[in-house]
Amino acid sequence: MRMLKIEKRLNLPLWLNLSIPLAAVTLALLTGGIFLGFLGVSPLKAYSEMLISSLGDSYGISETLVKAIPLALASIGVMLSFKMLIWNIGAEGQIFIGALATAAIVRYLPVSNPALMFILMFLSSAIAGGCWASVAGFLKARWQVNEIITTLMMNYIAIHLVDFFVYGPWRDPASLGFPMTPPFPDAARLMQFGNSRVHLGIFIAIIFAFLFYWLIGWTKWGYEIRVIGENPRAANFAGIDYVKNVVIVMFISGAIAGIAGMCEIAGLQGRLQHGFSASFGYTAIIVAWLARLHPLVILFVSLLMGALLVGGDSLQIVMHLPLSSILVIQGLILFFVLGGEFFRRYRIQFISRKDG
Amino acid sequence: MNVRMSSDRPLVKMQSIVKSFSGFKANDSISFELFSGEVHALLGENGAGKTTLMNILSGLYIPDGGNLSVNDIEQDFSSPRDAIHAGIGMVHQHFMLVPSQTVWENMILGLSEVPQFLPKKKIQSRIREISEHYGLSVDPHARIWQLSIGEQQRVAILKMLFRDAGVLILDEPTAVLTPQETVKLFLTVRQMKSEGKGIIFISHKLDEVMDLSDRVTVLRKGKNVGTVKTGEVTKEKLAEMMVGTKVSFSVSKQKLSPGRPLLSAEKMKVINDRGLCAVNDISLEIKENEILGIAGIAGNGQTELCEALVGLRNLKSGSIRLGNKILTKASPKTFISAGIRYIPADRKGTGLIPNMDVNENSILKRYWQVPVSRGITINWKIVFEFAKTIVEKFHVDTPSMLTPVRNLSGGNLQKLMLGRELSDTPAVIVAVHPTWGLDVAATNFVRKVLLKERERGAGILLVSEDLDELLSLSDRLAVIHKGQFMGILNEPSGVSAESIGMMMAGTKLDPENEVCA
Repeated sequence: MRMLKIEKRLNLPLWLNLSIPLAAVTLALLTGGIFLGFLGVSPLKAYSEMLISSLGDSYGISETLVKAIPLALASIGVMLSFKMLIWNIGAEGQIFIGALATAAIVRYLPVSNPALMFILMFLSSAIAGGCWASVAGFLKARWQVNEIITTLMMNYIAIHLVDFFVYGPWRDPASLGFPMTPPFPDAARLMQFGNSRVHLGIFIAIIFAFLFYWLIGWTKWGYEIRVIGENPRAANFAGIDYVKNVVIVMFISGAIAGIAGMCEIAGLQGRLQHGFSASFGYTAIIVAWLARLHPLVILFVSLLMGALLVGGDSLQIVMHLPLSSILVIQGLILFFVLGGEFFRRYRIQFISRKDG
Repeated sequence: MNVRMSSDRPLVKMQSIVKSFSGFKANDSISFELFSGEVHALLGENGAGKTTLMNILSGLYIPDGGNLSVNDIEQDFSSPRDAIHAGIGMVHQHFMLVPSQTVWENMILGLSEVPQFLPKKKIQSRIREISEHYGLSVDPHARIWQLSIGEQQRVAILKMLFRDAGVLILDEPTAVLTPQETVKLFLTVRQMKSEGKGIIFISHKLDEVMDLSDRVTVLRKGKNVGTVKTGEVTKEKLAEMMVGTKVSFSVSKQKLSPGRPLLSAEKMKVINDRGLCAVNDISLEIKENEILGIAGIAGNGQTELCEALVGLRNLKSGSIRLGNKILTKASPKTFISAGIRYIPADRKGTGLIPNMDVNENSILKRYWQVPVSRGITINWKIVFEFAKTIVEKFHVDTPSMLTPVRNLSGGNLQKLMLGRELSDTPAVIVAVHPTWGLDVAATNFVRKVLLKERERGAGILLVSEDLDELLSLSDRLAVIHKGQFMGILNEPSGVSAESIGMMMAGTKLDPENEVCA
């Protein structure tokens, strides 16, 4: 008789560290392939279509970059709170609030100098997103209110708050009834590169990734938040202020997501409109986990996820597949990668038993 | 000592047991026999393989090789359930009980033959029967969380007797007991022995091993060093077998007269996590060149007292000062910069960060200080140099400076923590169970370090469950019971263990003999 025995791993060899995520993605694509097969589509054709449309030409690559920008920014934000074991799943709402603040600046405080305008929009979106997130942070730190619930609930408030403005007082009279603000003036638009839609946000994302890589690894503050995340009791023992740090981290986390919202509307869409974010705040959580909370890896994973989104769009157009099918593939990838976590921590042995 | 062996056939026979964890041989061909009517002590340092061996016997681990038979029947346990079925019961150090359930509910938890409609009355009367028979008095209707640690242990033992276990494994059962409770436990063990049960007794305390056991098996580095009859060995011989070299038990303590008072606390009241008064009106003073010992059964306010003294827990009333500096409402960082250091009992839970490496752990108490950090940045090169001096000075055995400390053994964790806390000649050291769970060599090292700090001029508060340790190290000894001092002994070495045990159980020191400081 053979049986399974599960044991904790003491160390993880490099080849496993690399092959587990690879195997996970492969399995996800295989399972997704079966699913695509049921939809009556050749999986090979679908995957190659996705690959070509997202990375096959300069247009595809630029579109992938465009999608990667908000993903990377929001992901850096949530990564920071996850490092401290604060489960901020409110990046989506923080994106909306950041965008709302940007639109408010454009509407009420327009400046003709583009640089000044950028600074104003940058700060207002950061402060708005930051304050929005620190409400949940404060409730968590002070009264142990579950931040998963508060951040999630505040997403709905934020999304509907934006809807209130774009359906109501801020609606563009010339929009033929579409829920959107008037187009932003040129001074309020972020620079775009060449004739692509890739905008200044890409630099913000890269700068933030390196900035937080440095902050987490090489500063006192980074040390403090890592200690809190790894062992809150030890943090208390060392005199690290938990409440203060939770609020600060949630503020920064929300601020970066808020900036992602600003980039999305000032860099890409040029106006605030209903449902402008394609769930970037939620996908950012997947990105942060896939990147194992490493700021530089987040840049790379955001690109992959961006490619997946662009490829998914083209599946919709070329193969007439529903949007949800691409979400299924995304979900499968997360499912397998998180499942692979088990094999990183434990090893499984087959043991043959003598039958007594 | 009279060794009773009711038959020539062993109750448990383990032959050439091998068990490896990622190449590390925790059990390297160990053989072990237990006869019925025998108390067999299992001795060894941490990491010697005792727990692994017992986990194999109780079905938690599956061995890589070797044979195991119980009552002459070859066994192949794949789960603790199989082991229990074969009559093997293990009482773990941390009792596996459900706190919110009653004693009798815990008894039947996991039994395979419980009928759908519980014969409650029958179960309860059987519990009473067994508990009276073995002198393990406990109320079947009490809920586990209401019971003291000693009572919980009785429930854990009863649970195994309820299952008709013929073999009982007791994993360091006396660590949590008062001397009186220990005496009672030993009576129970002897009763079980007289009925032909086999008992495996895991302990670090050599006196208890000498007192209770019939035979002793000593493990070292995963190997069986030898099985001896207890009557034919001495304590010193056993200790030598454990560590492989001769060790001296006497710590040389220099005679010093205590200097000026360092830390003084007045009428402290402290609330515990459950909102109850854990420290009730305690005043104390720690002087230069002095070790103040705190004796008491776990859970009588020691933790809360220490946390209050190092600034981790707020006072409800009372005051704390260091010299002229009032620290009553100060932040933990103020306590740290005032020179008060803390060696918490819970190394991995409080004192260290298991997933962080040696470098990162070494600066927990100074990461904000120059030269470790300047401005906002941490200089990891200086951290590395600093951590290296700790590792060298305190003989921390680590594969590298970048090893997560979760991979270090208990002794090395403690050395690392001591090194960190003592690295800048602190004024006051509050140490809780500093030698708990350490092997003989590490224990001696820690004791020597504390004495050296005392000679240097530090004032030390030492909380320990090891009375011998307290008696040999302390200059004064306070006994705590339910958050109050039962008395402070100025000459602890002249007091009998029995009278300290009485104080630990709640008797105040006779005022006539009281030599209160």
